[in-house]
Amino acid sequence: MSAAKNINITLKIWRQKNAKAKGQIETYKLDNVSTASSFLEMLDQLNEQLINSKKEPVAFDHDCREGICGMCSLYINGRAHGPDTGTTTCQLHMRKFNDGDTIYIEPWRSKAFPVVKDLVVDRSAFDRIQQAGGFVSVNTSGRTIDANATPVPKHDADRAFEAAACIGCGACVATCKNGSAMLFVGAKVSQYALLPQGKVEATQRVLNMVRQMDEEGFGNCTNTGACEVECPKGISLENIARMNREYLKASII
Amino acid sequence: MALTGLFLCLFLAGHLAGNLQLIFSDASAFNKYALFMTSNPAVKLLSYLTYISILFHAVDGFLLTYQNVKARPIGYAKNNPSKNSSFSSRNMAVLGTLILVFIVTHMVNFWAVMHFDEKMPLQTISVNQMGAKIDYYITTDTGKFFPTDSLQLNQMGIEIRNRTEFYNKEANVIMGEGYKDLHKITVAFFKDAKTGLIATIAYVLAMFVLAFHLLHGFQSAFQSLGLNNPKYTPAIKGFGKAFAIIVPLLFAAIPVYIHFFLK
Repeated sequence: MSAAKNINITLKIWRQKNAKAKGQIETYKLDNVSTASSFLEMLDQLNEQLINSKKEPVAFDHDCREGICGMCSLYINGRAHGPDTGTTTCQLHMRKFNDGDTIYIEPWRSKAFPVVKDLVVDRSAFDRIQQAGGFVSVNTSGRTIDANATPVPKHDADRAFEAAACIGCGACVATCKNGSAMLFVGAKVSQYALLPQGKVEATQRVLNMVRQMDEEGFGNCTNTGACEVECPKGISLENIARMNREYLKASII
Repeated sequence: MALTGLFLCLFLAGHLAGNLQLIFSDASAFNKYALFMTSNPAVKLLSYLTYISILFHAVDGFLLTYQNVKARPIGYAKNNPSKNSSFSSRNMAVLGTLILVFIVTHMVNFWAVMHFDEKMPLQTISVNQMGAKIDYYITTDTGKFFPTDSLQLNQMGIEIRNRTEFYNKEANVIMGEGYKDLHKITVAFFKDAKTGLIATIAYVLAMFVLAFHLLHGFQSAFQSLGLNNPKYTPAIKGFGKAFAIIVPLLFAAIPVYIHFFLK
């Protein structure tokens, strides 16, 4: 890897005062950005510059900054979480950009993810989908059965774990031309459908979660496969097919 | 969407097999086939299923597109979708609409003529009689012919009713049934001095559109039905790609052959 250097960039960022305000793209010049800094550190640097000149800093979501919480978002230069695949925005580094680059930064665009402020969107639609069925009911009266006492085939355990790697960041919705949440819901349905513990409530789960997904205003899946490419956790389209199977099964029986 | 799409893929395969007779067989065989396709009850049932599938596929596609557009009221100022998805997959609605336009014009040009046109010609055969060429209508009964000369036909007490039926006027009895000459209509359509070339080019372009539609649609249908598995999905995708290229290519070859090579 080449040594870090400083670059000057132009930023085109969506600014929106609040949920009701009409937003627009604003242009900012930012000099001396170290290529060793992360993308979010670059935004921190911009916000410092804005605060120093008595302007409103750019609001953006972030939390763990190590790629596992699913909090950071951002549509960077036309792609969810930026030009890298398999990473979240917090793991994107400025070495991916060149001196003089113009970088577009926009919030996730979906009817179901309304903008709260600037680059922050409300992703509670995902929470409501989870609440509609993304759980297993466990008796907690003191006679709970140890999870490891139920044998799970290695192959199924691996598939379930891959599905459970979904961090719910919403990149799938943001990148899908239809604003569909099928990859998210597919992953959440799959992680239970594959395990014996999840079989009990399988029928109701898939019906309820899909109904909630539709009520939230997400679009339909047309199998473009964009979500799979942009998903920072590499969730596979097989999960959507599995959800479709579960849904067909649940609708027929 | 998936079920009607796959059914329409089957229809394409069947339709292609029939149409290829325009290249590989003679007018008689093709017109015989055309008569079978418009009279056999099982084929009739299939054809109604095809009309319904096309309508359902189109209406469902329109509704899906409408909902999907609504799901993103504000678009991106900068978007780079070619990095994560194919051209076909992103433009199914546009490609589908173009195919629908093609289907309508195609049906006006051939289907409607076959079914309703009063001027639809019947197939004839030229026979050498005493040095002069005389045309006869051929019929479904081998060896039974009727003269095309209306005066002669009248003298025999025969008249043509319902476009294809030769009736004995006095006895009011059907004497034979002619073949609608769909072969002649098709060849004339693509060989027309003024519009034949344009028709051929338009047909070939429509097949390009169909190819792109199938390129995404075929394998997409299996995914929608939940049939995705590391073992057989690569085979489905491979077959779908081959289907999407070969079927439209063979369809397109027919008007090209008629316009440029058929004597």
